[in-house]
Amino acid sequence: MSPLLKSPRRLRLAGTFLQIGAMNELQYRVNFFLSLVQSVVAVSTALAVLALVFSHTDSLGGWSSDELLVVMGVYVLMGGLIRSVIQPNMQQLMTDVEQGTLDYVLTKPEDAQLLVSVRRFQIWQGVDVFVGLALIGVALVRVSEPVDIGSALGFALALVLGALDIYCFWLILTTGAFWVTRVDFIIELFDGMYQAGRWPVTIYPGWLRISFTFLVPLGFAVTVPAQALTGRLSGWLLLGAVAFTALLMAFTRWFWRCGLKNYSGASA
Amino acid sequence: MYAVVMRTAAQTQFQYRTANYAYMLGMIAEPVIYLVVWSVVARSQGGAVEGITAGEFAAYYIVWTLVRNMNIVFTPFGWEERIRTGEMSAMLVRPVHPIHYDLAFFAGWKFVVIVMWLPIAAVLVLIFRPTFDVNALEVGVFLIAIWGAYLIRSLLLWVLGMVTFWTTRVSALYELYFTAELLLSGRLLPLALLPGWAVTVSDVLPFKYTFGYPIEVLAGDLSTAELFIGLGLQAVWIAVGALLVAAVWRIGVRRYSAVGN
Repeated sequence: MSPLLKSPRRLRLAGTFLQIGAMNELQYRVNFFLSLVQSVVAVSTALAVLALVFSHTDSLGGWSSDELLVVMGVYVLMGGLIRSVIQPNMQQLMTDVEQGTLDYVLTKPEDAQLLVSVRRFQIWQGVDVFVGLALIGVALVRVSEPVDIGSALGFALALVLGALDIYCFWLILTTGAFWVTRVDFIIELFDGMYQAGRWPVTIYPGWLRISFTFLVPLGFAVTVPAQALTGRLSGWLLLGAVAFTALLMAFTRWFWRCGLKNYSGASA
Repeated sequence: MYAVVMRTAAQTQFQYRTANYAYMLGMIAEPVIYLVVWSVVARSQGGAVEGITAGEFAAYYIVWTLVRNMNIVFTPFGWEERIRTGEMSAMLVRPVHPIHYDLAFFAGWKFVVIVMWLPIAAVLVLIFRPTFDVNALEVGVFLIAIWGAYLIRSLLLWVLGMVTFWTTRVSALYELYFTAELLLSGRLLPLALLPGWAVTVSDVLPFKYTFGYPIEVLAGDLSTAELFIGLGLQAVWIAVGALLVAAVWRIGVRRYSAVGN
């Protein structure tokens, strides 16, 4: 299915890249504090917004404010994952396609999709992963309904699936660079749309909900994991998420191959 | 000079229409999200929040999209680049104050933006069914107020950007500024929905004259007196902004030559 999971050797390779990335970033420790400040400001703003909305209502589309805090936690966590792992790799890929330097990746004796997906890590942006986890923790204490082991496992699985969905979505967009070259505006576009994940996709009107679930997989990336933790997730929905992710990964693989065929390199 | 720079800006930006469009579409997500959230709240509260109905929220956030586009000005983040690459030196030897160039460039760009905005607005109107109740006076005041908003935000962000003359570690400061603006300007939500003390704070800050006021001229229900008082206060903030730009520039630019030597 996925080239990422095929063999331990490939996992080791990804691990090595992660290590190099971490060492690179450790040189710039001030960035850690910058990320932390940004994260704190962003989370405080989001909390203020939540408080404002709930000063006018008791529930939003059937979610209480503490349950929405879970959604927010997952949103922040996933955002950290995107900015530290997915986005840096995809930006590097865009640059490489534009400048023709992707040649260096293609000539290496390893699967090219794997290589372009694990080359860059901005570990300081990963601060949000921990901030998100903390938010989820606080929210769960406040909801005060114990999370059973089944829900916890469902949450973990949904989170992995969601991250894979976002990765596929990004790679499909970036692969577009093989045809149109300049796709850097995608970053703006994605950042704008990702904000919609702050709220459960169930509150959006029908056509938007469908777009935010299947077109931009925010529903699977943020809402479904949050549903797992708040007792809203059925086995069927989780199964659906597995099937969707499998299909999306197969499609991404196929689309990436099409894109590669279209790549002519720097000198050609 | 303004006419030339504006024309050039309009022509240049028109060539980048795809990128401009993608940028605008990315920006549409923000008001649509707020609009959906507040519409859901309005429905759950029996149709209106603080007297604002779903249709009025729609009107508010659709006008928002135009006002937001008018409010795109030279970003304070651009200052670091200008100073680092030495672009600032070139600007210094020109015979006019560099702010005139920025004002003219972004003003010219606005004409492209407005033309491209019209179809987006049409689609949003069809989808979200806003309720508008506008008269000729409000339209007239709105057309002035959006340029007032443009000037206020340009000037204030220019002052903020000039902090770069003293230090380049400015991102935390900018974050704070933009967060205050987000919450207290009417960008995030109509100011009527803020708690009382926050409304008082927003009244004495310039932020609301760049978002909330121009939006409410068209989408809200302001009295004739309120319409004109708003314009008057915009004029006051433009004057304050201009004075600050002039003062900070005089001190800051000395710092710059010191760094350059």
